[in-house]
Amino acid sequence: MTPQAADNAIVSVRDLQVGFQTTDRRAVVKAVDGVSFDVRRGETFGIIGESGSGKTTIGRALVFLLKPSGGAILHNGIDPLAMPRQQFQSHRRDYQIIFQDPNAALNPRMTILSSVLEPLELARAGSKAERLQRAHEAMDRVGLPLDLGERYPHQLSGGQKQRVVIARALTLRPKMIVCDEVVAALDMSIRGDVLNLFAELQRDLGLTYVFITHDLAVVSHISERIAVMYLGRFVELGPTEKVSERPLHPYTQALLSAEPRPLPSTMRGNNRIVLQGEIPSPIDPPSGCRFRTRCQYAQAVCAEKTPDWRELMPDHWVACHFADRPNFSPN
Amino acid sequence: MAADQPAQRGSEAVAGGPQALMSVRGLGIRFKTSHGVWQATRKIDFDIAPGERVGIVGESGCGKTITGLSILRLLPNNLAGLDGSIHFDGTDLASCSTRQMRAIRGRRIAMIFQEPMSALDPVFTVGHQIAETLRVHTGVTREEARERTLDMLRRVGIASPERRIDDYPHQLSGGMRQRVMIAASLICGPQLLIADEPTTALDVTVQAQILELLRDLSETSNTALMLITHDLGVVAETCTRMITMYAGEVIEDAAVDDALVRPLHPYTSGLLRSLPHLSPRHGKLPSIPGRVPSIMDMPNGCRFKARCSHAVAGCEKEQALLDAGNGRKVRCWRFRELDLPGALQHAATAPIAAMVTSP
Repeated sequence: MTPQAADNAIVSVRDLQVGFQTTDRRAVVKAVDGVSFDVRRGETFGIIGESGSGKTTIGRALVFLLKPSGGAILHNGIDPLAMPRQQFQSHRRDYQIIFQDPNAALNPRMTILSSVLEPLELARAGSKAERLQRAHEAMDRVGLPLDLGERYPHQLSGGQKQRVVIARALTLRPKMIVCDEVVAALDMSIRGDVLNLFAELQRDLGLTYVFITHDLAVVSHISERIAVMYLGRFVELGPTEKVSERPLHPYTQALLSAEPRPLPSTMRGNNRIVLQGEIPSPIDPPSGCRFRTRCQYAQAVCAEKTPDWRELMPDHWVACHFADRPNFSPN
Repeated sequence: MAADQPAQRGSEAVAGGPQALMSVRGLGIRFKTSHGVWQATRKIDFDIAPGERVGIVGESGCGKTITGLSILRLLPNNLAGLDGSIHFDGTDLASCSTRQMRAIRGRRIAMIFQEPMSALDPVFTVGHQIAETLRVHTGVTREEARERTLDMLRRVGIASPERRIDDYPHQLSGGMRQRVMIAASLICGPQLLIADEPTTALDVTVQAQILELLRDLSETSNTALMLITHDLGVVAETCTRMITMYAGEVIEDAAVDDALVRPLHPYTSGLLRSLPHLSPRHGKLPSIPGRVPSIMDMPNGCRFKARCSHAVAGCEKEQALLDAGNGRKVRCWRFRELDLPGALQHAATAPIAAMVTSP
């Protein structure tokens, strides 16, 4: 297989598989099992899913913190795993990742400034004075006063700490950042500020984001396109407006209807689909369509045949045998 | 047992009138630390009627969790000082002895927490842990306790309870564990259930199941629910009344629909405005400038004034929780002149409106 990447794709993922061996070495958990997509340059690509869906595993694989067990991940059309070691190391600077909990991401015994400087020092970028200047620029960029540089993480608020982590990721001037649940730990009044900062940085620096979250409101606010993940596979992928207003897959429909909305009772409507049960174990996923055990529309064919990943409408992909039936949507 | 004694009715003027199941008046918590005394919450007043579902909302550090803990007197006496009164069905919980409280906890007031795994004991079966509450409080036989535990597991929607009753917590999924916690908390038929972020650790599809369960059980057994959460959506879906807290005080108390449609406090309106659900997609999200004041350095007067776009001279005066009519209360002296936007105005341009009105 020779993977082809679209021209405007900064990342191309083809039939990606990531497996983990269980501790008793008897089974392999396929956390990601055959996922293909492109991330377009300059866009925010949202990945949404529940715990155990494999969304974090994809994020880590995209920046090669995890090695794929099958398929390919191309950065700008090139396979980084084929690079010589040194080239791979410097290539990685362009593809950064930010995690959920800034407390775990920052060393409590390092000052803020030394945390922001560290990537530059590891990359041996420029002279000492230049490194300091770039660290200061990054802090300034995310709205952190420079005098915070002398402080330690415990002296900062949650929102400030997340800004430090963003500044640190920016120091090496990456092209793409994987953001894994980056606002989940923040209070709602601060969440808006940090999301605004991400949008502003994207506009000014031409960044591409892969935004991984379980929060529908956040992902549909910030993303141009959304992929919905269930048990190691994508079930739907399309423009945000289409996916969140006219979802094609029954799982997306259930996910959207399950979200509690801060609206008065008269505006909420009562078209909730309450799914039975919980996500099955990825060690032994259901045959055929993986969602069939919780799907209200499931038929015999769903157990026998894995639904094709097909482009039902322009740029709107879905994996469901019945997504094109006119009476299928509950809306 | 103390719980079987007649309630001490009429010993004091019971605040909130005869219709209230619980009346909290002037509740405050002081933490004694090596740096002095910190006032964590103060002047907390609210009532909960029998069977009523009340949401306590606020951001981290606003005092919502310690208010829940203080009602059950779960804060250590030597570290936390308690002011005010908590009249519950005729008894002032604030002045109850340890022994009296033990008879109330789990039997008349129960509590569930965010993380069911840390609330369940890993070395006992779930059936044992549910039945324990019942046996301690009622002294029923082992067989009867098991029978009623099975019945309770069925009511909280656990499939094949005969098999699950002998499972250990690690054998259950997150959603099932929270169902077990709910079963344990409701088995004695309490009058009030305090649920502190009961669905925050759960996935959204499972959260919908658990919220529906809490709503149904509260309705069928007339158990009042005090739901502590940071999620305004969860309150809107589950509760009929919403109490908003900020920096250790109650700042608004209203029916959920009223608070969402026409908030009276600038903080409540600001919180609604900052939700991504209610903003145009890809637009700039409004936020509340500044930070919650530190517990060590609380400003005088209105505690929100430094972040409030409606602050004027006069806001530095002490703010009382004012009666705004229709059972509403608000801690803002300007509430009559301010016309603050609610969820409807915010949502007018937002994607959520399209989702709701789609056929």
